Amino acid sequence: MIDYWLEWMPLLWKGTVSTAQVTVLSAALALLLAALTGICRLSKFRLIRGLALVYVLTFRGIALLVLLFWIYYVLPYMNIELSKTMAAVLALGLNYGAFGSEIVRSSILAVPQGQWEAARALNMTPAQRMFRIIFPQALIRMIPPFNNLMIELLKASSLLFFIGMTDLVYQADVLRGLYLQQSTQLYATLLVIYFILASMISYSARLLERKLSAGRL
Amino acid sequence: MGTTMEKQPQTAPETVDPTVAAAEATVPMVKYTDVKKSFGDLEVLHGINLEMAAGEKIAIIGPSGSGKTTLGRMLMTLDHPTSGTIEVEGEHLWHMERKGKLVPANEKHLHMMRTKIGMVFQHFNLFPHMKVINNVTEAPVKVLGLSKEEAHDRAVEMLRKVGLEEKLDVYPAKLSGGQKQRVAIARALVMRPKVMVFDEVTSALDPELVGEVLEVIKEIADEGEMAMMLITHEMDFAREVADRVVFGADGLIVEQGPPEQIFENPQSERLQTFLRRIK
Repeated sequence: MIDYWLEWMPLLWKGTVSTAQVTVLSAALALLLAALTGICRLSKFRLIRGLALVYVLTFRGIALLVLLFWIYYVLPYMNIELSKTMAAVLALGLNYGAFGSEIVRSSILAVPQGQWEAARALNMTPAQRMFRIIFPQALIRMIPPFNNLMIELLKASSLLFFIGMTDLVYQADVLRGLYLQQSTQLYATLLVIYFILASMISYSARLLERKLSAGRL
Repeated sequence: MGTTMEKQPQTAPETVDPTVAAAEATVPMVKYTDVKKSFGDLEVLHGINLEMAAGEKIAIIGPSGSGKTTLGRMLMTLDHPTSGTIEVEGEHLWHMERKGKLVPANEKHLHMMRTKIGMVFQHFNLFPHMKVINNVTEAPVKVLGLSKEEAHDRAVEMLRKVGLEEKLDVYPAKLSGGQKQRVAIARALVMRPKVMVFDEVTSALDPELVGEVLEVIKEIADEGEMAMMLITHEMDFAREVADRVVFGADGLIVEQGPPEQIFENPQSERLQTFLRRIK
């Protein structure tokens, strides 16, 4: 078995790097969009609230694979050609950003009203209230649901196989062609790699949560 | 943005016109005029008229649900009146003048007016993600535009005043209720408001912690510079600290006067009943 693993290692490692790369970039885009649109959903300006809501409803309601095909296969007909990585990051980021937006919005709303009032009583501007007082407290509440979301994103990245991206699943599929008899071991290895990657996300989230809540509980 | 708010135009006339001085002296620190407040269909204040002089300490007492807290929250711009006006030092709080007409105040106007007002809340509302010192320096730095050193010095001075200078680097979660409330008082004081609302500041405390908070408020009251609106259920405290006691019930001010008169010689039946019940 160890011999097989040694033979598979180079390709699986390449796939792991590719999957990790896309996951990190997509997560960054998703978090950025989630924070931006989550805050915009609470704006006092109806237009800003409306635009953020349209984004959430649109990208939350579209099947990820269809969105991926649109970005990679349809946009070129409109003279917008993106690399596989760019298309993957855009599709995953847009889709998961929409789910994350709701996490940001609900976490902000979960901060007790008294915190808003204390900030206002100290004469802070609306921006100071949000970014100095409310958002840092909401951030701690966001970590557990974002942890789940980022693991979902990692797992969803396996769909990138369908646009021919050389991710973990793609590399495993190449190996399957060469090692048909060892399919069970190969896909068991794949499961373990995804599990390890997901555990790394969870561990990072736990570290961050511990760091942010140090002394406060 | 905050720094510009501090720079009030300074006028230093060589001689003071006695008529102007007299007029200024009579401008109340706070003036409620026919203030009504409804939440949905429920009207909780039915037309309040109340004045507070500069430096005056008034205690607002009354049964639960009589609108005491709403009165203070409207002064702190947390709830807006449904009708009527509130003035602070002769300037409208919730309104501003545009072409000779009173229009609802915008955020800029409210921001300017809030520099004169402070509030301490029943549930403290300290910022849990900041250490005690940062709770107190945050607004002076961000709102008043003080340097970090200046704000730190001012904050330490205030925390010393409330007896918590040894807790600078502690998070609020590690403090007792009484200590939290004393930090909240320091946090409000550091902004140097001209009028401060204390909204049932001991109601959420264990009985043995009430004393330390009331003691701090008494000391502040003795300094005398700041007008104080003490919304309270502590009758002995009201009697001791307040220059005037205002009794409100059912959304109206029923009776007001010096503490001795209110507690020893209540005129209205409503107040007599209230005092009998709480004894």
